[in-house]
Amino acid sequence: MILPALFFYLFAGVCVASAAMVISSRNPVHSVLFLILAFVNAAGLFILMGAEFLAMILIVVYVGAVAVLFLFVIMMLDVDFAELREGFLEYLPFGLVIAAIFLLELLLVVGGWTLNPTVTKSITAAIPGDVSNTEALGLVLYTKYIHYFQLAGMVLLVAMIGAIVLTLRHRAGVKRQDINVQNARTPEMAMSVRQVASGQGLQDADQAEWVK
Amino acid sequence: MTIGLGHYLAVGAILFTLGTLGIFLNRKNIIIILMSVELILLAVNINLVAFSTFLGDIVGQVFTLLVLTVAAAEAAIGLAILVVYFRNRGSIAVEDVNLMKG
Repeated sequence: MILPALFFYLFAGVCVASAAMVISSRNPVHSVLFLILAFVNAAGLFILMGAEFLAMILIVVYVGAVAVLFLFVIMMLDVDFAELREGFLEYLPFGLVIAAIFLLELLLVVGGWTLNPTVTKSITAAIPGDVSNTEALGLVLYTKYIHYFQLAGMVLLVAMIGAIVLTLRHRAGVKRQDINVQNARTPEMAMSVRQVASGQGLQDADQAEWVK
Repeated sequence: MTIGLGHYLAVGAILFTLGTLGIFLNRKNIIIILMSVELILLAVNINLVAFSTFLGDIVGQVFTLLVLTVAAAEAAIGLAILVVYFRNRGSIAVEDVNLMKG
């Protein structure tokens, strides 16, 4: 009985501490690394709650994709982050007061609140006891919530296309291979037969015209 | 020393508050603001999973999955906009974002 409690406090403590470091760290790269630590510990909390599938998704999606995306962007942009940090101390007292009030209110709500005894009647899909968490999730996700699932896929598709459309750029002056143009080339476009007087050669203007 | 629903909700509340505090403190650095939004969404996820477990209702975990999807999409789009903005203006300071005079 003591072990789950011990792990809860370990995961929760590290999670909260690293979340605090995310917002207070000087270097944004450190912020991302602490964000990863917070996510991993939140995944530990999910495992303690019995949501193993979501814990794995959290590690794969957040740590593997989102956090690395943040790292890429931070390292790619040449930004003076020290300059962006100005005003941190200026906003600190005010922000701390607001946050303390907000946290106090939230904790008061959490502390002085009990479940309605009739809440068990309003359960939509009870967790089946005889199957694993992943299977239980799949049993409702692919039947009752299939439309939500597909909408989530659409959201991801739109995000992917949007990100590509936003960041793709065709720089002028960069030579690229265009297979269609290459295949559409005919001898008439590529070659021309000229009558050149002997000992004279082609003029420069002529060359510019047919070397395309 | 049983860990109940209240403990997890408290962790969620603290994470949520840290996320909002991060937006307050790093008002110039949009990357940290995006990370704070991720923290807030993580707090929401912890709340949803906690309720799902302690009420015995799997739907909370389905919702968590959807929130995760939206969070990933939001991070991707947000960072893409950030990269395009940096390319155009050479700066990502929040107060320089005044092209539309809003």
